[in-house]
Amino acid sequence: MFTSNQTAARRPTARKWLAATAGFAFAVTGAISSAQAQDTIKVGVLHSLSGTMAISETTLKDTMLFLIDEQNKKGGLLGKKLEAVVVDPASNWPLFAEKARELISKNKVSAVFGCWTSVSRKSVLPVFKELNSILFYPVQYEGEESERNVFYTGAAPNQQAIPAVDYLMSKEGGSVKRWVLAGTDYVYPRTTNKILEAYLIGKGVKKEDIMINYTPFGHSDWQTIVSDIKKFGSAGKKTGVVSTINGDANVPFYKELGNQGIKATDIPVVAFSVGEEELAGLDTKPLLGHLAAWNYFQSIKNPGNAEFIKKWQAFTKNPKRVTNDPMEAHVIGFAMWVKAVEKVKSTDPDKVIDALPGITAPNLTGGTSTMLPNHHITKPVFVGEIKADGQFDVVWKTKGLVPGDAWTDFLPGSKDLESDWVKLKCGNYNTVTKKCGGQAS
Amino acid sequence: MGKFHDRILAFAVAIGLIVAAAGFAHAGPYEDALEKFTTDEFSDTAEAVTAVATSGNPLAAPLIAALQDGRLQFSAKDKKVLIKTADDKLIDAETGKPFAGTPPDDLDTVRVNNRLRGVIDAANGALTLMAPDPNQRYESAQQVFKSRDAAVLPAVEKALESEKVARVKKVLNEARAAILLAADDTSAADRIAAIEFIRARGDQDSLALLQSLPADLPADVRAAANGAIKTVERNLALWNTVQNLWYGLSLGSVLLLAAIGLAITFGVMGVINMAHGEMVMLGAYVTYVVQDVIRTSYPGLFDYSLAIALPLAFIFSAAVGIAIERSVIRFLYGRPLETLLATWGISLVLQQAVRVAFGPTNKEVGNPSWMSGAFDLGGILITYNRMWIILFTAIVFAALLAMLRFTRLGLEMRAVTQNRQMAAAVGIRTARIDALTFGLGSGIAGLAGVALSQIDNVSPNLGQGYIIDSFMVVVFGGVGNLWGTLVGALTLGIANKFLEPFAGAVLAKIAILVFIILFIQKRPRGMFALKGRAIEA
Repeated sequence: MFTSNQTAARRPTARKWLAATAGFAFAVTGAISSAQAQDTIKVGVLHSLSGTMAISETTLKDTMLFLIDEQNKKGGLLGKKLEAVVVDPASNWPLFAEKARELISKNKVSAVFGCWTSVSRKSVLPVFKELNSILFYPVQYEGEESERNVFYTGAAPNQQAIPAVDYLMSKEGGSVKRWVLAGTDYVYPRTTNKILEAYLIGKGVKKEDIMINYTPFGHSDWQTIVSDIKKFGSAGKKTGVVSTINGDANVPFYKELGNQGIKATDIPVVAFSVGEEELAGLDTKPLLGHLAAWNYFQSIKNPGNAEFIKKWQAFTKNPKRVTNDPMEAHVIGFAMWVKAVEKVKSTDPDKVIDALPGITAPNLTGGTSTMLPNHHITKPVFVGEIKADGQFDVVWKTKGLVPGDAWTDFLPGSKDLESDWVKLKCGNYNTVTKKCGGQAS
Repeated sequence: MGKFHDRILAFAVAIGLIVAAAGFAHAGPYEDALEKFTTDEFSDTAEAVTAVATSGNPLAAPLIAALQDGRLQFSAKDKKVLIKTADDKLIDAETGKPFAGTPPDDLDTVRVNNRLRGVIDAANGALTLMAPDPNQRYESAQQVFKSRDAAVLPAVEKALESEKVARVKKVLNEARAAILLAADDTSAADRIAAIEFIRARGDQDSLALLQSLPADLPADVRAAANGAIKTVERNLALWNTVQNLWYGLSLGSVLLLAAIGLAITFGVMGVINMAHGEMVMLGAYVTYVVQDVIRTSYPGLFDYSLAIALPLAFIFSAAVGIAIERSVIRFLYGRPLETLLATWGISLVLQQAVRVAFGPTNKEVGNPSWMSGAFDLGGILITYNRMWIILFTAIVFAALLAMLRFTRLGLEMRAVTQNRQMAAAVGIRTARIDALTFGLGSGIAGLAGVALSQIDNVSPNLGQGYIIDSFMVVVFGGVGNLWGTLVGALTLGIANKFLEPFAGAVLAKIAILVFIILFIQKRPRGMFALKGRAIEA
């Protein structure tokens, strides 16, 4: 039944699965015998390996194992070997909090790399605050948050959504005048669309030229919505679609676009959640020219990126394995954490948290990202067009690196807020009332 | 000897001509434009395209075609532009001669973005109005209708004179009317005539065009425009209803396909099979494996991949279904709660097994050529994949009904579900029938998987998305009644699609759920309840 190709792909997965289970068992026993614990520095990996989010998060677990393996080859950290502790929160949000607690208090990890959806991040926040540990969060998100214990290595809205909209408004992007904001119905698309709507109206776009549409998770029947978009787009003004549609619903959405003959030259779709990994499940020929905005693309030509891709494909023993943006975020986050630990010569969370702002690490696109006092990082922003081979062709990029802004300037509740964990020691300082603890909308 | 001499002379003259032509040509706009392709800047490429298209050079058309297909190569170092032919040969874009020698090592494809594709389409549009292929002429006339570019008007009028094919001629007339309407210096009579063409076209684009007319038109033109707007709006509203019906039918057929296997295992046997969705998922993965084998070994068979996958998916899902029935479910008959938990556990095991075997990411299942694209039917667009799925569902449903009605197995199945003891008493091996019925339900789920792989993700989660909907359809339609399942699926599909345009996808789903809850309160056994003892068992 299986071709040789699939058996080849199956073997490492099965072995890693074993390794992960073994690592977990090892970690549990390790926590019991304290002698074991002192020989290694433990790093928690909190990504879903089963359930709906496994599709995206399994790759990030593999990335962490890869990075830890690379670091150990270089001699480990502070003279000790690093050890990954992998747990499976199974796409179950409350379980994320339980597993986080297990990692910190039972396995005594020094830092945790994990979470994908905003709701899973919100679920583990209280645990990290209470037990005072460190979380590196690698996914682009809606912003409106800055916590002392969390370091956001993915893009804030001003590092992805706003530049992408700017690009579509420019002459090069097609001078889009009419906007469809389509998203899955949960916190990230709703907040992002709220920010974008405020931003567009501020740019002089009329309310009737903005159409906002939400669909349930895993929506698979896109006929009505795609034909609505087509109708909305035939009013004579150049129309563009900003898609915050999440993971699984994208494939049927793009298939319907292709079948109804909506070409990127007529109505371009720019997506914030579609990367190389998602396109791997699609026939991309009808999607030629549709766009995605990210801080990293696999196709970006750069010696650092080429080396990373080579090593990653060797590590996964799959010469076709793709790389994507959240993976790069983990690469940067992990490098920053290693530097900070080396700087303070300790894995003590308080010391590392204080040391992290200002730490720099090379990103895979040729620049150097810096951890900012608001616990976000500086990143370049790229807009890429989908090519026939499932990769992206970068058609636009920001001039330099864009610093991540935790609190957007385009919503009334959050434009007065500022985050600075170095001078102000506060994640939501209100510049009007001069008080820490101001609330966003 | 003299002849030989002549040949040498002719050869020398020819060489001289070529050299002269090359030397002369170098000053031309075409050759100047070529250099701009080598800068790797979109704005330069755009200028180059326009310059090349208007240069009149015979190489312009193949060069633009190559650019469009990603076959135009450049070397920044040597300032050289090369056309790669379909069979991977390199042609020098400057001379049109095959490129001799080794290609430069920094050879790269000239990149194209959306704005450039627009420029290329525009450059092509005027060129292809006279193309020999009527489909191409039709497409470029549509392009002109959309762009309303006044500069193309003479070309359109010239094309109109020679056009023979009626449907192309119609679009050309509409394109001409659109240009005239958009222009400022058109006379009132011409405008009214143009409005007539647009009114006859009657689609969304026509409406947008009519609505965008300036307010200060002469009164008679204004009246004609307003009348046309009303007609087009009425026309569109009508087609909109037809379209919603079609979408509802299509959604209903997908629901029916997913639920019909469950209608047998749950409806007929009374087994709450939570792993039903996973049988669908397995069918989709069989399709993936079949396509993968075809891609690597027999690429010519790709268009038949679904036909090959159908029997395999049926057999594989049925086999898994029978294995589940024999190993787990048969011990749990009459204990619905345990069955529910056990089959839910099985569904998780199957999902994780697929995840380990194939990886958690989506698998690419391609659409055969006859499943992609769409065609216009009156005012609505019908996509081929949806149309085939509706037909396929109808065939599966009819075949299943016929099987239950006319075959011995069908007779035995009905006998066992209606009265197990009596069936056993007349010599039917009820245990065997149970296994076969469950296998049949699972096999049909496998067939559904093949169809769903064409419109949805092929991932381990595929089945989960359909299990709730399937139960809803079966319960709503009436447990144990295939016709009820049919009516239930179509009702839910059409109701959903009529609600969606104004309630939104999320609210429509909620409304349907609330409706079903209320309905079940009123009629606990669904629309078409079976009478008698059949369901009590």
